[in-house]
Amino acid sequence: MKRKDTAFSRWLWGDTDLTAELLVPRRAEEETAPAVYEPRKNETVVKKAAKAGSRFYIIAAAVLCLIFAAVMLCAVGDMPSYGSDSAPTVNEVAERYVSQGTEETGAVNTVAGMILDYRAFDTLGESFVLFTALCTVVLLMKIGGRGRRRVIVEQETVDYSRDPIVRTVCKFVIPVILVFGIYILLNGHLSPGGGFSGGAILASGFIIFAMVWGDDTARRVLPARVIKVITLCALGFYCLSKAYSFFTGANHLHSVISPGIPGHIFSAGLILPLNVAVGMVVCCTMYSFYLYFRRGEL
Amino acid sequence: MAMFSHLLNNYEAAVAVILFGVGFCMLLFCRNLLKKVLGLDIMDTGTFLLLADRGDIFGRDVPIIVDGVTDFSNYVNPIPAGLVLTGIVVSVSVSAILLALTVRIYETYHTLDIDKLYLMISHRRKGDVE
Amino acid sequence: MSLIQNVPLFTIVLSLLCAVVCFVGGRKISRYVSAALLCLSAMAQGSLMIYCYVNQLSYTFMMGHYPAPWGNELAIGVTESSMAFLFALVMLLSVLGGISYVNRDVLTDKQELYGAMLCLTHAALMALSYTNDIFTGYVFIEILTISSCALLIAREGGRNLIAAIRYMVFALMGSGLFLIGVILLYSITGHLLFPQLHETIAALWESGEYRMSLTTAMGLMVAGLSIKSGLFPFHFWMPDTYGRATPTSSAILSGTASKGYIFLLIKIIYRVIGIEVFAGSGVQTVLLLFGVAGMVVGSVSAIFSDRLTTMVSYSSAAQIGYIFMGLGMGTQAALVAVIFQILTHALTKPLLFLSSRDLMEASGGRQDFKALRGAGHRSMAAGFAFTVGSLSMVGVPLLAGFIPKLYFATSAVGLGWRTWVVWLALAVSTVLNVLYFLYTVILIWLPSEETHALRSHRWSHAVPTLIFAALNVAVGIFPGAIATLVNQGFSLFCK
Repeated sequence: MKRKDTAFSRWLWGDTDLTAELLVPRRAEEETAPAVYEPRKNETVVKKAAKAGSRFYIIAAAVLCLIFAAVMLCAVGDMPSYGSDSAPTVNEVAERYVSQGTEETGAVNTVAGMILDYRAFDTLGESFVLFTALCTVVLLMKIGGRGRRRVIVEQETVDYSRDPIVRTVCKFVIPVILVFGIYILLNGHLSPGGGFSGGAILASGFIIFAMVWGDDTARRVLPARVIKVITLCALGFYCLSKAYSFFTGANHLHSVISPGIPGHIFSAGLILPLNVAVGMVVCCTMYSFYLYFRRGEL
Repeated sequence: MAMFSHLLNNYEAAVAVILFGVGFCMLLFCRNLLKKVLGLDIMDTGTFLLLADRGDIFGRDVPIIVDGVTDFSNYVNPIPAGLVLTGIVVSVSVSAILLALTVRIYETYHTLDIDKLYLMISHRRKGDVE
Repeated sequence: MSLIQNVPLFTIVLSLLCAVVCFVGGRKISRYVSAALLCLSAMAQGSLMIYCYVNQLSYTFMMGHYPAPWGNELAIGVTESSMAFLFALVMLLSVLGGISYVNRDVLTDKQELYGAMLCLTHAALMALSYTNDIFTGYVFIEILTISSCALLIAREGGRNLIAAIRYMVFALMGSGLFLIGVILLYSITGHLLFPQLHETIAALWESGEYRMSLTTAMGLMVAGLSIKSGLFPFHFWMPDTYGRATPTSSAILSGTASKGYIFLLIKIIYRVIGIEVFAGSGVQTVLLLFGVAGMVVGSVSAIFSDRLTTMVSYSSAAQIGYIFMGLGMGTQAALVAVIFQILTHALTKPLLFLSSRDLMEASGGRQDFKALRGAGHRSMAAGFAFTVGSLSMVGVPLLAGFIPKLYFATSAVGLGWRTWVVWLALAVSTVLNVLYFLYTVILIWLPSEETHALRSHRWSHAVPTLIFAALNVAVGIFPGAIATLVNQGFSLFCK
């Protein structure tokens, strides 16, 4: 059957290309030719050595893998049985965290009580692992000066905010995501959640916003200075409040922070403010990762 | 054999170790840098599965206090869950750094194959820092 | 508790805060803040060390309101505070000695990040020296790994990136193995703090329960930390990494970061596992053999290297082999020798890296041995410092490097077949060290044919290197004072 050449039939059979409406004009490319190599050693000699080396490497790596797998399976076979309640891990440590956790820390979620009160030093270190990773990514990805130049071939820039479906759905979904993230952040001590998960969700909301409406609009909503100041204040607050808590604890002084009434939002001592601080740090870090990978600057 | 007495019971730990082994093999044998990074990620995932499993106790509930019942015999061990949280954050940070390094390497050398990279660095490159 | 006993807490928190301030503050603030932090920390750890020594004090510090198995703790004594003091001092001198190269190698808008990374490395080293909890150790190991990677890539260059990714892959493999070891240990003991782990492991070893898991856990933890500090088959990342970074980074990494991992390993072997269990499990013999292999292979690779910094890095691998050989011997006397070796290496390697960069700059930026001929005459202070460092590495008496070799040899008496292995390894590696270090020293002092005008040297630049050299000589001439310190520390360390 011969197809009629109307707009409808073209759309029906997939011959219409609507992407042209979404494109923005491409910026001028800076193409730099790759540098010329000056061989220092004889190329055939190097290639031969590389081949022999890689054969030896494959054999050594295979042996290592097999040994490691065998040892690990033996060790796992010797471990306490899964799910048993007489395992060594079910001891007085875990018992106090659960049975007296709510009374001592004020948190209904005993995992939050454990990581932000009993073993808070580990969580302080963990937040700084994220901060260290942020600094390293900035060190690598930042564009400017004599260092990394703008990406050599820029992809065709598609402006998603001109697409009616994406635009309308995002206008509805992004606030929902942000509210959900804030809910998870604030409820860390009452239900599963906390700073890390809440911060990641908040960051994803901001990333979708930046992706759809473009980098310039995102920069107006969240300028670089704001991100840096939020990181500074959140990490600074975390350090100082935890230092106060550790200092009063080690020196057996009385601390003014009280566990509060379990089950209320404003309870659990420092856990709620710390969750907020951690959430802010995680959100800013993830969002900065996105920006630095995408365009090399905040 | 005494060693394998619990292996069938600890099948979750065995799966976690196999996952770790798969990631380890990817890390060692794949020639593409991105696949090595993915292998490292899978290794980390296997480790977290191993750790998270340690907390489970049959017939008990999540360690969130409901209705004021604080007796430990109703709840699962909360410690491994907290440790896994830390581990996941570390894994994310490390993946971000490795991917940034991969992007920079690609921009400089225009290849992700480690054999080709090795050949290139055996030759001196113009303008490279000595 | 007196105020000075809170020094570790204040130091760690202050370093973390300074890192954030440096990140946000900009280049000038970052430079002053990181230098001030290192100065303050060196003085504070030194005073704590003297306080603990005078009062014969060894105490635990609760991080929070909950005592040992429920909350985190730090363990502080003479040994830990002296290690922390050593790390802070070496970091301070390395930063001051290499600051002009940092200005040259690191891009201007990234220097603030370099300062932040210095603060984070410092915080991680302090935490690793004082920690009494194995999971805190893991977290701060990760901070140290990532900040070391950042210190390496601070200098721009394609080969730097490949060296960095190779370093990261090795380091993450090490961390991964360490974490699995911790998980296995937790599942069979149920504890994460050192004192409780020690009791439980001793009881498990007596009863023979979970023997395979326990041995595997010990082996994995030791393997993880050994990979990270550069034991024999895993030292291949060293030359590229140390050789291409700015000299402050190489000095800090080789002098302090690898020692941080080793000190944590020492704590785990002596405080968690316990020396009898460790000897009985067979991991100790493996460490001894790999250490000896590292000593020989590292020196042989150094002889065949064609660049100065590659040679210095391979000699670093050889010296780390000494440390693992000492750990493999397992006696208290061997442990004293290990601590001396850590001290000596931490004081000498930064000296070598800083002075080799100076010699390189004086030879027109080239590192091959042909160009370095006569470099000592072109840059007097660097040549003198390099000579002191090389002679110390070889083991000339009156310099610091002689003491650990002497102690290793004397402590190896009466260990059966191990005695012969250790003595043979010491002899062979000393001969190999002489081959490449003395050759280089002679080479840099040979008069070269072309006339080079003597560089007008800014002595302020050379002062930290000369302080390193002076400390080296001081340790070599007065080892007794340090030996008393170390011995007193151990009587309280291995309870």
